[in-house]
This record gives sequence, C-alpha cells and structure tokens, in this order.
Amino acid sequence: MSDKSTRGIWKVISASSMGTLIEWYDFYIFGSLAVVISTKFFPDANPTAAFLSTLATFAAGFVVRPFGALFFGRLGDIIGRKYTFMVTLLLMGGATFLIGCVPSFETIGYAAPILVLVLRLLQGLALGGEYGGAATYVAEHAPKDQRGYWTSWIQTTATAGLFVSLVVILATKTVLSAEQFDQWGWRIPFWISILMVLVSYQIRKKMHESPAFAKAKSEGKTSTNPLKESFGNKYNLKFVLLALFGATMGQGVVWYTGQFYAMSFLKTVMNVDSNQVDMLLGIALLLGTPFFVFFGWLSDKVGRKPIMLAGMLLAVLLYRPIYKTMYETVNLENRPRAEAGILPDGIDVEKGEVYLLSSANYIDGTVTSTRETYELDESKTLGMGNAKDSKTTVFVNDTDKWTLVFLVWIQVLFVTMVYGPIAAFLVEMFPLKIRYTSMSLPYHVGNGIFGGLLPAISTYLVTNAKSSGDPKFYLEGLWYPIIIASISFTIGLLYLTKKDMTQND
Amino acid sequence: MDIIKKILGIVWIAMALAAAWFCIFDFGLPKFSTGKQEDLVFGIIILFVLTPLIVAGLAAFGWFALKGEYDAKKM
Repeated sequence: MSDKSTRGIWKVISASSMGTLIEWYDFYIFGSLAVVISTKFFPDANPTAAFLSTLATFAAGFVVRPFGALFFGRLGDIIGRKYTFMVTLLLMGGATFLIGCVPSFETIGYAAPILVLVLRLLQGLALGGEYGGAATYVAEHAPKDQRGYWTSWIQTTATAGLFVSLVVILATKTVLSAEQFDQWGWRIPFWISILMVLVSYQIRKKMHESPAFAKAKSEGKTSTNPLKESFGNKYNLKFVLLALFGATMGQGVVWYTGQFYAMSFLKTVMNVDSNQVDMLLGIALLLGTPFFVFFGWLSDKVGRKPIMLAGMLLAVLLYRPIYKTMYETVNLENRPRAEAGILPDGIDVEKGEVYLLSSANYIDGTVTSTRETYELDESKTLGMGNAKDSKTTVFVNDTDKWTLVFLVWIQVLFVTMVYGPIAAFLVEMFPLKIRYTSMSLPYHVGNGIFGGLLPAISTYLVTNAKSSGDPKFYLEGLWYPIIIASISFTIGLLYLTKKDMTQND
Repeated sequence: MDIIKKILGIVWIAMALAAAWFCIFDFGLPKFSTGKQEDLVFGIIILFVLTPLIVAGLAAFGWFALKGEYDAKKM
C-alpha cells in the first residue's frame, strides 16, 4: 500500500473505531451502573418496577439487537453504510444522554422506569445496527489481503469500550464523594457520552461512502429488498446458518465467558471484592487487547478458520482447568489464619436486626470481611442464634491477584482468537449488495442471544449443582459455553471451506 | 467428506429436537412457576426467543446438510 492509501485507511479506521467504541461504552455503562440505576429507577420493593428492570436488562441486551441488525442492515444495504452507521451513532448517543437526564422514580413515578426501558431498547437497536456497518465500511476500504488486519481494529472496540466505561466510572467515583456519586454523580458517565458522540459524528460526517458500495449504487447493482435476498433466498440462507452455527455462536459464548462470566464467577461464586475484580479484569483486558490485531493480521496469512477454531478448541479444553485453578487460588479452606476480630457494625431496631462485622487476616496476606445479620428477640435484646444472613468479601493478596490476572488474560486471549478475524470472515462470506444485512444477523444472534444468555444460564447451572450438593458445583456453569463452542467447532471444522470464506472477494 | 456432512445432518436435526425438549420442559416452563418476576421474563425469553432460534435454525441447518446443500459442488 502507498503512504497515501495507508493514511486514508487509518482515517477510515479511526472514524469507524471511535464511533463503535463509543457505542460499546454507552451500552456497557448501563450494565456497570446497574446497581445505582436500579435504586433510582427500579426500586426493589416495587414488583412492577423490578419487572421493568429485568426487561430492560434482558430485552435490550438480547432480544432487540438482532432486530436492530435487520432494520439497520436493510437500510445500510439500500441507502449506504456511512449514513446508516451515523444514524446508529446518534441514536445510541442520544439515548445514553437521555438516560442520564431521566428524573428518578421518586420524582416522576412509573414514567421513570418506562422511559429508561424505552431508551435502553433504543440503545440495543442502535448497537444491532452499528457493528455490521462499521465492519463492512472498513472491510470495503481495505485491500483484500489485509482485511483481517484492518477490521481487527474494529474488533478491539468492544473490549476497549468496556475498559473505558470502567475507567470513566472509576474516575467519577474518585473525584466525587460516595454521597455525591449516589445523588447525581452517576449521571456524569451518561452525559459524557454525548460529547464523545458529537466529536465522532463530526469525524464520520467528513468520510466518504464505501467505494465498493458507491460503485455498485452508481451502477444500479444494489439490492431493493435485502431482507428477502438474505433470508428468503435458499443459497444465501444456508450461508447465514453456517455463519451462525459454525462461527458466531461459538465465538459469542467464548467472548462472554472470557469477559463477563470470569467477572461474575469471581464476584458472586468466589466473593472476591468487587473493586479488586474490576481492577484485575481491567489489567487482563488491557494486556489482551493488542492480540485482537495480532490474530486479525495472522488471519490474513494463515486463514480465518484455523485461528477461530483453535480459539474455540482451546476454550473447550481449558475452561475447566482454568476455573478449577481460579477456585483454588481464592478458596480459603486449609489456609492458615493470622488473626481475627469482630466489630459491631450497626443495629437497626426498627427492622429488629443487628449487624456484626468481622475480619480475618491470613498469613499469606489474604483478608476477609464478613457481615452477619442477626435478629433481635421480642424484647429488642440480642438473642444470638444462627445468623439470618451472612456475606463474606475476600480481598486477595498480591500473588493471588496476579495469578487471577493471568488466568483471566488467557481467557481474553481465546476471545481475541475467535473475535479478531470474525469481521473479515463475515464480510467475505456475503456479497456486497446484501452484506450489511446478512452479516449483522448471525453476528447479533451469536453474540446477543447465545453469548448474552450465558451469564444467566451458567448461573442457573451453578445454583442447581450447589443445591444438589455437587462438590464441584463451581465448574457446572461452564457446561453451557463448552457444549455450544464444541458444536460450533465441529460445524466450523467440517462445513466451512476456504471457498465459502473468499467467494465474495 | 460430503457423506459425513450429510449423515451429520441427521445429528443436527436430532440435536434441535433435544434442544427443544430441554429448553421447553427443563429450562423454560419451570421458570413460570417460581413466582419471581425475573424468572418470568427469563422464561419468556427462553421459550419465545432462544428456543425457536436454536430449534428452527439448527433443524434448517441439519435439513440443508442432509439434502446435500453443503456439498462441495453446491458451495
């Protein structure tokens, strides 16, 4: 490539990646601030609000994304890639900014959770339309033999968006007091989004339409009904199904296991301090992100299929040993204690409860903090029976922290193997005139549905195993990603051929 | 290889049926009787989104495979 064309493609990459990163950022801050959002808009005591909360979490993340893929994919194949992904950017930014402006449940009642739900659905729709547009736009600018490398920059944005959301929230919490953050400071990460979106919009506005699409449009070779041509045509439908079951389904579960289940496992199964988990996940993401580009580049040399399938196979084979080691790294059984102390934490006479806070220091530097709730008897005196509720938080020592960073990093590495080359893989599988529509649907079904349901399904499997007394209950949640990735690996290995993946060069 | 792809078509269809049974009777319907709101939403999503996608999608994929649509000469 000449210097001029290299500079040109870097402009395309910057404009596309910046916008996609912001969309992921917008999508993730809702999840990262879920606890404070639920207290403001979805109070626990109110069952209708709690119902809307669950709907907002599930519906936007899983159900709406494929619809966004269909709606905006169709637009992108008819009107153009550039205008469509500018619309998704503005839609996402506007919805995110407005979530930060909605008055609380206390102020406007049910209108608050309903507004947040509607805005969250718009976020899901926008996300469904954004990715396919950005990936297609970049791929159609890149030289054929470098598509894996250039599109891999788009692939870094999902992880980078999660990372930026964690950093912005952490910075806001650091600058403000806990009270300020709880009262109004949590709105800042939502408001910041609109500034980033406007900057990105200005950059994208100056970009030209994808040259391949512009040429096809000027020659009247674009599709008039992309949905029908994508899914009503048997020849194309079989490739959509192959892309879903032979690639994106497995990629989705590997992605969600590495980036979210690992976090949820440490926080809820192993009770590691939430801030420590965020920190070690952040480090693992930071160290892992360059590998998206590495595996994208490598896929141009050795092919997309071997790298993606190797990532799935490694995940299938190594998830159980990795999680067993994570469990053993944090497990406190047989660990010698240095000292222990108990401090009374507080009494709530109204509720008839007393709280005791105890801590234990271990010789290796691990510290635990346990908060137990006891009921006062009828005379409001402390009758110490069994604790009504007990929550232990583990603060891991430095050595264990780095062991955990390493174990999460390995999982992020699997993510980079399956996810780094996938944009180029999907782009090359479908013809230009229905590319946006055809690639967006399997991507968002694989990630949004198969991947997005992973935390809920895996938690269900762990809970079931725990209640039935299985001593290895903590590994049971892994069956879902292992089985799905195994099926996807088998289908990919047998049915994907080099010809399928390069037929639309 | 084409023969293996066709034979596996039956496996994918059988797997779609097994997934339907598991998603409906083991995973979806029991969620409606727990009395928890979040389980209700989760059950609806399992039954009306995940199940149709897995079952119809995997069955269609298996059917295409069985009919030889993924044979080398047809790709």
